[in-house]
Amino acid sequence: MPEALLELRNISKSYAARRGRGRTLRAVAGASFTLAAGETLGLVGESGCGKSTLARLALRLIEPDAGPESGIVRVAGQDFTGASTAATRRLRRRVQIVFQDALSSLNPRMSVGVNVAEPMRLQGIGSERERRSAALELLELVGLRPEHAERYPHEFSGGQAQRVAIARALILRPDVIVFDEAVSALDVSIRAQILRLILDLQQRFGLAYLFISHDLGVVKRIADRIAVMYLGHIVELGAAAEVYRTPLHPYTEALLAAIPVPDPRRMRVRQLGVVRGEATSPLEAMAGCPFRSRCPHRMAICDQATPDLLPVLGRHDVACFLHIPFPPERKAA
Amino acid sequence: MDGSDIVLEVKDLVTTVKMGGHEVRLVDRVSFTLRRGRTTAIVGESGSGKTMTALSLLRLLEPPVRVAGGTVRYLGRDLLALTERQMAEVRGARIAMVFQDPLASLNPVLRIGFQIAETLRAHRKMTRAEAERRAVELLRHVGVPDADARAMDYPHHFSGGMRQRVLIASAISCGPEVIIADEPTTALDVTVQAKILHLLDDLRQEAEASLLLITHDLGVVAAMADDVAVMYAGRVIEQADVDTLFHAPRHPYTRALLACAINLEDDRNTALEPIAGAPPDPRRRPSGCPFHPRCPDAIPDCRRIDPPLEAVSAQQSVACIVAQRAMADA
Repeated sequence: MPEALLELRNISKSYAARRGRGRTLRAVAGASFTLAAGETLGLVGESGCGKSTLARLALRLIEPDAGPESGIVRVAGQDFTGASTAATRRLRRRVQIVFQDALSSLNPRMSVGVNVAEPMRLQGIGSERERRSAALELLELVGLRPEHAERYPHEFSGGQAQRVAIARALILRPDVIVFDEAVSALDVSIRAQILRLILDLQQRFGLAYLFISHDLGVVKRIADRIAVMYLGHIVELGAAAEVYRTPLHPYTEALLAAIPVPDPRRMRVRQLGVVRGEATSPLEAMAGCPFRSRCPHRMAICDQATPDLLPVLGRHDVACFLHIPFPPERKAA
Repeated sequence: MDGSDIVLEVKDLVTTVKMGGHEVRLVDRVSFTLRRGRTTAIVGESGSGKTMTALSLLRLLEPPVRVAGGTVRYLGRDLLALTERQMAEVRGARIAMVFQDPLASLNPVLRIGFQIAETLRAHRKMTRAEAERRAVELLRHVGVPDADARAMDYPHHFSGGMRQRVLIASAISCGPEVIIADEPTTALDVTVQAKILHLLDDLRQEAEASLLLITHDLGVVAAMADDVAVMYAGRVIEQADVDTLFHAPRHPYTRALLACAINLEDDRNTALEPIAGAPPDPRRRPSGCPFHPRCPDAIPDCRRIDPPLEAVSAQQSVACIVAQRAMADA
């Protein structure tokens, strides 16, 4: 297995809950994954599952929970979590992000050319002239024209703005790009163009991608491996085709069954799968499987212990007691 | 198609906006029908004019946007010819609406039960107590658990999916014949979407109501629609029953749109051939067919001729001269 460019090991992030004094909300609960060169890991889950928090943790835009069991983020094998200011700055170049709303992530008072070059300036790289020529080169690479460099963000459509954001993410020559719902707000025809661009850039530069989306269809379309998140936990992780063909976690199954297929001969509304209940808040006080209240296969053990994410079929991991052994102390129960 | 089956018939609808002294067409000669107890989907990308079409037929436009032509026949009556007062009786009671953002459609400082009751009282002779009781029944009917207690809550106490149920309860409160749902599940998670789609379909079936579903999502269209109208640049460019549309699309834009739809079987090695370019700005529509600059099948005539929507079979109409000629030759 090639060396991981990005590694998260047992990362958690808690916030004080708005309601319920002293209670904490675990937005991310002990998440672990690795990302290798040239690979795309898709991270899928519904609103509030913690996927965007996880993205911010991977970039150290926010810090993970500290404590005795505190996790670690490694970039190219180096400790990113505990890195010095200088090292943090250096490691930051290697991991970049593209957000859903590219327009609001660009500075409206700077031309697009200056926006694209801004990460270089912040890192103190190159002269103004060098930065400008790098920006022009990247704008061309993402399918924009040189004259676009002089325009301002508000003159761009959603798809074009997303190209600008991708150019800016590339300018520091990173190893890893995190896409956080980067195609979610786009129309289907524009989404296809941006997905094409994202795939082409990866092939050309051997980039590693963490591709985050609520849309399992889009994730399946672009990822080598898929991680499924539910209430702060990664509940399933495996090769994209495996997760699609043999979903192991009941939540993954429910998610797949709820997606309408664009073919009326194969699926009409009556065949759309429905899972009972609604996702609750990931409050720490709740022990047990985060999905148990909605799960059709709930067992006694599911209320007592939280299943770990463990490999069951080669490199297909799942956090569900239907597939993994019960914790040793409860085997008798 | 039996003519008496038609509940709503939109013909040559034109909606314009005045911009810098010019009348710009946002909806351009749009025609479609809605059959009793059936679902017609209007599908298109942003700016294609689908929401503007819905607002036009409900006469919910604000100047400088206005309907500049066409007819909207609801059970034979032209809605565009009604007085504002007559229209107010139709709107909400006979033709109800569900929008994408339920939070924007609900009053944040009023209890849910009260809001539904007010809709009822606007159209029906009912005491406040009767209307509030009916509101609770409606909430229960659309699957809001613990409806008695939830009727006393305010909109922000509800999840997105529950809020959409509340809006649907309000929409069906007067037993409408037509429900217009504009991107009703776009803001929702996919597992919540599945439930709302089930609910809308159940309600349509039990009340024999007709559903006009506006969406950009081809999966939702495939699941819900009986008939489909595809919009591009303010026009309906293809219209067909759902099976024909997905399996024998004739317009190059419909085909391109279907090619961009995501199938779960697809993976990173599946060919991805997006159409280049973007839909035109309504102020700068190209001459001839509005799709010709992006069209792989365009011929020189396409730059000149703006093709009308013409029937190519009993189930299918298309606004494309290349497709029309091919069908005529076949």
